[in-house]
Amino acid sequence: MIKSWSWFNKVSLIVGFAFLYVPIILLVIYSFNESRLVTVWAGFSTKWYGQLFQNEGIMNAAMVTLKVAFLSSTLATIFGTMAGFSMVRFGRFRGRTLFNGMIYAPLVMPEVITGLSLLLMFVAISLDRGLWTITLAHTTFAMCYVAVVIQARLNAFDRSIEEAAMDLGCPPLKTFFVITLPIILPGVLSGWLLSFTLSLDDLVIASFTTGPGATTLPMKIYSMVRFGVTPEINAVSTILIGIIATGVLLASVLHKRRESQRKNDELLASAIP
Amino acid sequence: MIEANSQEHTVFAPWNEADKEPFVRIENVTKKFGNFVAIDNISLNIFEREFYALLGPSGCGKTTLLRMLAGFEIPTSGRIIIDGEDMSKVPPHKRPVNMMFQSYALFPHMTVEQNIAFGLKQDHLPKAEIADQVERMINLVKLNAFAKRKPEQLSGGQRQRVALARSLAKNPKMLLLDEPLGALDKKLREETQFELMNIQEKLGITFVIVTHDQEEAMTVSSRIAVMDSGTVAQVAPPAEIYEFPNSRKVADFIGDVNIFEGRVADVQADSAQILINASDVPVRTGRSVEAALGETVWVAVRPEKMIVSLNPPKNMTENVLKGEVWDIGYLGKLSVYHVRLQDKRMVTVAMTNRYRETEHTITWEDSVYVSWAPNASVVLMS
Ligand SMILES: Nc1ncnc2c1ncn2[C@@H]1O[C@H](COP(=O)(O)OP(=O)(O)OP(=O)(O)O)[C@@H](O)[C@H]1O
Ligand SMILES: [Mg+2]
Repeated sequence: MIKSWSWFNKVSLIVGFAFLYVPIILLVIYSFNESRLVTVWAGFSTKWYGQLFQNEGIMNAAMVTLKVAFLSSTLATIFGTMAGFSMVRFGRFRGRTLFNGMIYAPLVMPEVITGLSLLLMFVAISLDRGLWTITLAHTTFAMCYVAVVIQARLNAFDRSIEEAAMDLGCPPLKTFFVITLPIILPGVLSGWLLSFTLSLDDLVIASFTTGPGATTLPMKIYSMVRFGVTPEINAVSTILIGIIATGVLLASVLHKRRESQRKNDELLASAIP
Repeated sequence: MIEANSQEHTVFAPWNEADKEPFVRIENVTKKFGNFVAIDNISLNIFEREFYALLGPSGCGKTTLLRMLAGFEIPTSGRIIIDGEDMSKVPPHKRPVNMMFQSYALFPHMTVEQNIAFGLKQDHLPKAEIADQVERMINLVKLNAFAKRKPEQLSGGQRQRVALARSLAKNPKMLLLDEPLGALDKKLREETQFELMNIQEKLGITFVIVTHDQEEAMTVSSRIAVMDSGTVAQVAPPAEIYEFPNSRKVADFIGDVNIFEGRVADVQADSAQILINASDVPVRTGRSVEAALGETVWVAVRPEKMIVSLNPPKNMTENVLKGEVWDIGYLGKLSVYHVRLQDKRMVTVAMTNRYRETEHTITWEDSVYVSWAPNASVVLMS
């Protein structure tokens, strides 16, 4: 516990948080600006939000983004779970370290390169580019994150629990669905949430792999910004921030709740003679 | 309470009946992990209704052997036959055995009831039947108040009872227990040992228990297999293991023991004499030995079978050692004397404290005699 805050600590905390959040707060404030001019405050208004929902271009982009995010995070969760599972469970084999490294590599690969290589592949196999290619692209890179999360979860998993299930007559595949999956579910869910936000965020890879008619929200915002920042952009960004913040908050609240419940349970158990 | 039994008490010893078919036959089983030999050509027979203990130091392969019975490990060579059926190709979920795991391995996302019902559900029994059996099991392990709790809301001892109930629920022909009481404190442990024995007797199931606690093995089991680095050193009922160990390793592992190296000096029909090396003290045994004169053997004597006295024991020329009291450990009902012999070796003697402390006559640095009866010396060939 930190009892007294030194002068230095206070200043660095304020500077750090200001650095992180002042731009975002400014953006949120100006989204409620009456004036069309972004930098001049002319009173509070929610009219830009109203206009936003009239703007077909933005609404379409939002739909595309949500579809892509939902599909790709779901696919990434399924494949990532499978990948993480086999990495942990296949035991040691020749080249395991290499495989492990290859799962991590896309996490540090520059997005431009990932996007470019995916584009080249889609062209090579002459796949029509559009919503599905973005989904595939997002699936491939989000899958790595899920695999890493699942691997961590499974490494802490007591395998004798699965063995106990089989010992009691449960076949291996069923054991996975009724025992393993429910136990690692928090990991799977946080993998899904992570994939979802990654997909919402992404501009670079989506730009590379998109085709006619499939514009995601970040792409739309980026193209609008090139004609100048409008309060509408501030409004849509504020909504995006809201969604992401809610997701993150939800995840941490769930985590907290579980943690405190566990502590309660432990207290209860130790009180029983 | 022990019921007075008017009927003649027949000794349970199916291993002595020549025509009795073993329930489990482990035939020349070897298990290798890479180049490491965890189980080295073991053959064992386990009979129906036995309480069979696998005892041995850490890493000797007890868990590995048990896991092969459950089907989680496949023998590198050799066969395991359970109830007349070769288990080589039978996966764990199809074997007629259940296991209670060292870590309990309870399903954290299920309540006590659901944990116990899990195995029954796999057999697709009618709901009412499952509920009945679950209730019986909950009564058996006295967990009625906790049926709706999750494992994390239970104490260690309660979890252990859930694990036991879960593994018994399917009425397996054999129950495998891997250090089931390892996590319990001494008192709870002793209570549970007796509970286990009661349950085993009540249900008539064959139990195979792994433990590295020799007292536990002695208390609960009908026979003990003492294991040592992948091999079986001796299989016998507890009393026989204790009284007649077949090697220094077994003698040393089961209880405390004084071991003297010596050579055979005289062999009679019902006794033998051994001269302890270096000091040439003669030791008489209560049984004959199958060894040539002059051969090196070892004599083992349990501390509680020895006596410490200030005066030389009367009419004894053999089985008497002279020394000096080096240390006395007072353990309440026992006192343990560490006596340093003239050749500087130490001997441990345990004597019951029949008198009050003040009446003790033997004290530190006294010159004393350590003696024992011929039938207390056990000759070991290895
Ligand atoms: N999966 C495995 N891979 C490699 N070696 C193993 C494996 N399982 C067990 N061993 C080795 O086999 C030997 C026997 O292990 P086992 O778990 O059977 O010992 P144990 O007698 O149960 O010991 P403890 O009393 O500590 O539980 C040990 O040396 C262990 O390191
Ligand atoms: Mg073990």
